[in-house]
Amino acid sequence: MAVAAAPRPRRRRRFPTATIARVLLLGFFLIFVLWPIYWMFNTSIKPSDDYLAIPPVWFPDEPTIVHYTAALFTYRGLQGLINSLIVSTSATALSALLGTLMAYSLARFNTGGPHLSFWVLSQRFLPPIAIVLPIFLIYRNIGIYDTHIGLILAYTVFTLPVTVWMMFAYFRQMPRSMEDAALVDGCTRWQAFWKVAVPLAAPGIVAAAVFAFIACWTEFFFALLLTSRDAFTLPTVFRAFIGFQGAQYGEAAALAIVSLGPSIALGVLAQRHLVRGLTLGAVRG
Amino acid sequence: MAPVRIVGLHKRYGGFHAVRGIDLDIADGEFTVLVGPSGCGKSTLLRTIAGLEDISEGEIWIGGEIVNDMRPRDRDVAMVFQDYALYPHMSVENNIGFGLKARKLPKPEIDTRVAAAAKMLGIVPLLQRLPRQLSGGQRQRVAIGRAIVRDPQIFLFDEPLSNLDAQLRDEMRGEIKRLHQEIGTTMIYVTHDQIEAMTLADRIVLMRDGVIEQQGSPLDLFERPASRFVAGFLGSPKMGFLAGRLARGGEGDRVVLADGVTTLPLPRGRIRNGAADGSAVLLGLRPEHMTRAQGEAPPPGVARLDATIELIQPTGSRSYATFRLGGEPVMAELQAHDVSRPGERLALDINLNRAAVFDAASERAL
Repeated sequence: MAVAAAPRPRRRRRFPTATIARVLLLGFFLIFVLWPIYWMFNTSIKPSDDYLAIPPVWFPDEPTIVHYTAALFTYRGLQGLINSLIVSTSATALSALLGTLMAYSLARFNTGGPHLSFWVLSQRFLPPIAIVLPIFLIYRNIGIYDTHIGLILAYTVFTLPVTVWMMFAYFRQMPRSMEDAALVDGCTRWQAFWKVAVPLAAPGIVAAAVFAFIACWTEFFFALLLTSRDAFTLPTVFRAFIGFQGAQYGEAAALAIVSLGPSIALGVLAQRHLVRGLTLGAVRG
Repeated sequence: MAPVRIVGLHKRYGGFHAVRGIDLDIADGEFTVLVGPSGCGKSTLLRTIAGLEDISEGEIWIGGEIVNDMRPRDRDVAMVFQDYALYPHMSVENNIGFGLKARKLPKPEIDTRVAAAAKMLGIVPLLQRLPRQLSGGQRQRVAIGRAIVRDPQIFLFDEPLSNLDAQLRDEMRGEIKRLHQEIGTTMIYVTHDQIEAMTLADRIVLMRDGVIEQQGSPLDLFERPASRFVAGFLGSPKMGFLAGRLARGGEGDRVVLADGVTTLPLPRGRIRNGAADGSAVLLGLRPEHMTRAQGEAPPPGVARLDATIELIQPTGSRSYATFRLGGEPVMAELQAHDVSRPGERLALDINLNRAAVFDAASERAL
């Protein structure tokens, strides 16, 4: 192009007040969020004597991994971690699959009239404690107490209402015309769902799955009552750290750090999909 | 290619009766435009032909077969949507080839057909792009490509140009018409734009409130509207309507306008049915029915009168002049140099051979 570039505006010397305020605010917020994690990590590698030392030990002179080995092996934290991964992943996958199908049906075919969708959500109105004993008794009778299957089933049911509602909202705002086009083009309804609706709803599905996973990963109450020595999950392991001789701060902190791993990994992986806008360009300008 | 036949079609949504008894025969290879104001049921009718809506009553025939219970994919129709409805996660090439792939055609054939369609529409350089990287006009071309690659029996267009800007719309309109001339497939086209309807259609089906108000060739509807609604819908600027009374007998049929003085003689035989003397009528005059008076005496069927021009709207090629006739404003289409300023007095010839006369109460043509 022959057109000369416009002269650059002179760079401002001083930072505007707004920028300074923003940086300060973000800085405080970052400290607020990261401090507990730092302190947790710090505690997890401290020798026991340093836990409550005054003045505080900001970083131990002799870091140790003894709390990690104790939490993972002595207290069976590793088994809990594996169980948690199995249960949370399976329940999340089931919840996302069933929830997406259900939401699609509600959004596109108005299944069950105006009430079914609300009924789905109303399942969350019941306090969990009201149903945990019946579930416990049923599970024991049919032999799925303290099994992965039992917990997976329970978690799938608990996460479904939210998954369905997130996907319901997502499908409702998605234009139908692309699926219509697929139907006319030669797809069955099922193919139009898998080849067109699901790829377009992927950001919504990922977001719903992340919510479901976090709910399963941190769930304590049902895991406590529906499992015992075999299918116990990570949150229930923490109980063991409070004993007669005081709390096992190091082990608790070590296991907490370990339990952060999958959540952070999931967050990083899902981040790309959590940004919506895949439908941009499909319709209008 | 296939004819389409619709018999007694009704569509109800709960309590809402969207389509109220449509009978329609569309010949093989015909370009039919369904036109009407929004909410008249034209899009619903199109979607029932596609199979995207089931019908409450009636029959739809495509090529000698009842398709009422047939899935959209089995009807062998292709549809172009108002919002293009391209698959945003697929390249242009895959968008166009999607229908062929879904029908399990061999890959080499899909490639050949996609390439041919892309060439026909001039979108070969765009094949590897995603829909979001295209302009509105390019997207609409891809949407049309997706339809023609299938070589369907029938093309359905659901207001395909209404999201484009005016200039592009004119261009694409021409291309759709050329496409129809080239491939000759039956096309059914929905629009609310009367210019699209007039320019594209072999036959216009004008709908209102779920029923067909009138159907026929564009000129048929334009020159012989069956009702005031049809007359007012087609044509731009619109037809002007003047209230008056019909006077019969004596020196022939005439319309006496609302001022009780202005009398416009109607050509002999213009009133074909037995409308009574003195009945209230509406006289419909299109701007192009009026010209500046020329020659000594007006030809038969033409009334000459003096008018005071109130408003002039020049378009360059023509000027639209508003004046009062029988107390009501009417617009005349004049040559650009015929009028120069408001207030001018002008002798006008009104061609009543082409004027429409409606019964004031039923608004049907007399």
